[in-house]
Amino acid sequence: MKKYEKIIEAFLLICATVATLSVFLITFFIFKEGLPILKEYGIIHFVFGKTWSPTNGSYGAFPMIMGSISVTLGALIIGVPMGISCAVFLAEIAPKSIVKIFKPAIELLAGIPSVVYGFFGLAILVPLIRMHILPIIQKFNGEAYTSGYSILAGAMILAVMILPTIVNISENAIRSVPIEYKQGSLALGATQFETIIKVILPAAKSGIITSVVLGMGRAVGETMAVILVTGNMPKVPGSVLDSVSTLTGTIAMEMGYATPTHQKALFATGVILFVFIMLLNVSATWTMKRLGGE
Amino acid sequence: MKKILSLVLVLMMGITMLSGCGSKGETTDEAETKTNENTLSGKIVIAGSTSVQPLSEELAAVFMEKYPEVSVEVQGGGSSVGVKSAADKIADIGAASREIKESEKSLGLTEYVIAKDGIAVVVNPSNKVSDLSLDQIKKIFTGAITNWKEVGGEDQAITVVSREEGSGTRGAFVEITKIEEKNAEGKNMDNTTKNALVQPSTGAVKQTVSNTPDAIGYISMGAMDETVKGVKVESVEATEETAKAGTYKIARPFNYLTNGEESEVVKAYITFVLNEGQEIVKEEFISVK
Repeated sequence: MKKYEKIIEAFLLICATVATLSVFLITFFIFKEGLPILKEYGIIHFVFGKTWSPTNGSYGAFPMIMGSISVTLGALIIGVPMGISCAVFLAEIAPKSIVKIFKPAIELLAGIPSVVYGFFGLAILVPLIRMHILPIIQKFNGEAYTSGYSILAGAMILAVMILPTIVNISENAIRSVPIEYKQGSLALGATQFETIIKVILPAAKSGIITSVVLGMGRAVGETMAVILVTGNMPKVPGSVLDSVSTLTGTIAMEMGYATPTHQKALFATGVILFVFIMLLNVSATWTMKRLGGE
Repeated sequence: MKKILSLVLVLMMGITMLSGCGSKGETTDEAETKTNENTLSGKIVIAGSTSVQPLSEELAAVFMEKYPEVSVEVQGGGSSVGVKSAADKIADIGAASREIKESEKSLGLTEYVIAKDGIAVVVNPSNKVSDLSLDQIKKIFTGAITNWKEVGGEDQAITVVSREEGSGTRGAFVEITKIEEKNAEGKNMDNTTKNALVQPSTGAVKQTVSNTPDAIGYISMGAMDETVKGVKVESVEATEETAKAGTYKIARPFNYLTNGEESEVVKAYITFVLNEGQEIVKEEFISVK
């Protein structure tokens, strides 16, 4: 029996090593391919350069960095309030029969392939923005113009895509708040709404923040859906109706034909993305510790 | 636990057996082709245009399958390099994705047009503009013209749709329409406007143009259908016939160039390209047959 266990132990060790090793190998590979051109071209030039035109030899990734940030931010602005409200509804307000229908439906969202989201956005959201949202904005600003391929379209699609992550984790966090808190609050005469806002949500804070961080990770990394709806224009955006290209989208689109230098530049873009996600995660963990640590 | 382990083992064995069968099948296939082999042998070096390169590689692969004793080496370098290396006999065949210039004609090279590459300029079917000059197209795509009324359409901003950096279609389009120009230092610069939407495939360009009323884009001629409207260029409709005849301007020939007496293997290759090879050409380009 003992021998048997040893074999299993070794097997588990191998699995764990493969997972960890992959992370290191991928990191090493991206940096090995991307760093030389960053050095040669100048990190400042690469990160803050405003022209991305590899065939002409200019590699400024700033438009794409701004693109990724704006689309992700937009998705969070739309998706987080919606997701948390949904979680509160499911955990605190909805009767069981409704939860039984709503929850599987939201979980199903996570299973839809991203290219389907993208196609939905391309066929429905993009024309919708051009035909119905643009006229409203033009009433305030006559100069406004959009083809529909925009940050807004990307943000709306991503907001729906990150919903399952936010709803599921937040709902679990809210459900795991000790029942005594709720009972105490209600016993003191607070209404149900006051209890939710002032007692339950603060108590579930760390879980909710985790859900937002995970959602943000998904939004930054999403590629296919975003390529289809944001228009991929490598230009620093001026409004939510402008087209943008994202870091991941550029890598996916251009890798196929890239010449060796261009390819290295795309790896350098990968390095930026890597650092970008690291920074996001670190700052998120830090805020989480400060807010929910006690 | 043991059951699972044995199940995994059985599965693994099954997979190895299956893969074993697969590789066995391949080897017999190879053996068969070898028995059919022809006596032709030798080496061909093709150098030149990077646009012709993928096509040459595909043609060469099929040719080498047919004549295993022949090896065909395909190199890049650009059209001018193709002309030069054929003239200097560095390569057996020079490849050029443009017409041969007057100055190059004196080199006495033999020209074979192996394919034509045509690009259609497309707009939304609702767009009234149906004829654009090369200069207008250039101005639209470089951002000098930004409204449809400047080219005889409605007062609507133009949404330019381009392909991604490095795309062969984009490369050909900007070259022919002179969107790509030499700058002061003599370096080729792609001047496509920064305000262009970029779509990663012919299908995506078509989709964008078909659901955006004020969009203009370009796609390979073979991909045209009724979801988009092809624009006449210099009053010539974009069809295979006009591209073959050379009256449609946004098209270019793919030329193979040879210098002097061709060796038997080169002759065989060129005959192959001009006949059976045209089936491969048809997949992406316009056949010359």
